[in-house]
Amino acid sequence: MTIGLGHYLAVGAILFTLGILGIFLNRKNIIVILMSIELILLSVNINLVAFSTFLGDIVGQVFALLVLTVAAAEAAIGLAVLVVYFRNRGSIAVEDVNLMKG
Amino acid sequence: MILPALFFYLFAAVCVASAVMVVVSRNPVHSVLYLILAFVNASGLFVLMGAEFLAMILIVVYVGAVAVLFLFVIMMLDVDFSELREGFLEYLPVGLVIGGIFMFELLLIVGAWVINPAVTKTITAAIPTNVSNTEALGLVLYTKYIFYFQIAGLVLLVAMIGAIVLTLRHKANVKRQDITVQNARTPDMAMALRKVTSGQGLQEADAAEWVK
Repeated sequence: MTIGLGHYLAVGAILFTLGILGIFLNRKNIIVILMSIELILLSVNINLVAFSTFLGDIVGQVFALLVLTVAAAEAAIGLAVLVVYFRNRGSIAVEDVNLMKG
Repeated sequence: MILPALFFYLFAAVCVASAVMVVVSRNPVHSVLYLILAFVNASGLFVLMGAEFLAMILIVVYVGAVAVLFLFVIMMLDVDFSELREGFLEYLPVGLVIGGIFMFELLLIVGAWVINPAVTKTITAAIPTNVSNTEALGLVLYTKYIFYFQIAGLVLLVAMIGAIVLTLRHKANVKRQDITVQNARTPDMAMALRKVTSGQGLQEADAAEWVK
């Protein structure tokens, strides 16, 4: 009953799928969409660390660190855009984002 | 031997269950709390894999910063979240189909795939056995991958400046301190000496000039 690489990859795959599903299910709520993106990035990190451990190469963890940085920056910028959008329109529904429709 | 497997299944099950709850939860605040639970359990998985430093970073960065950011924004925006949930069941079939296709493809790849034994010869930075995970990471992060590290810092700097520029606003009726104006102020700008004629007092014309 040893836990191998495949087990961790399976967890990563399930989390990735749940993130994709979350984007589809909550098409109107952009906050939950941002959280789903965080879930997807978490699954990527799990994959990177799993490969890093089971191949014995520490570079995977360095890249996981970079992915973490980008995820944090993306959350900060995304939420800032969201706050500005709410100030201008009074709503955060994705459907209302049609200012550039012409 | 059985204990790590037990902990793996515990962490993995709670992580996946809370990820489901993030997606289907009615209240976004609950979603954020389940996201925190998912990240804590993922960091448990990282500890099991031997990546202790990343596990701690995950707790500090995600639970400490990103999740709190999400909570702040949700509580700051006065939004009726129930109307944003309309169409949830409408999108459920297409979401399930696309999610199922993704899952199927990923499992196909994971199931039918073997690692080439030669790949262990191409390792760029092997994990040293005699030092801790944090030290091992530091040994390559600050030497071989210093540019990646600095680019990460730059990304964070740009994100910080961008977030500030986006959200900062100056209200018209709020008085702000302008330090350059304060420093440039001289006694001549602040006061004026007037000769008041004795017995007559201040004239109307002078008073008007005073209050200027």
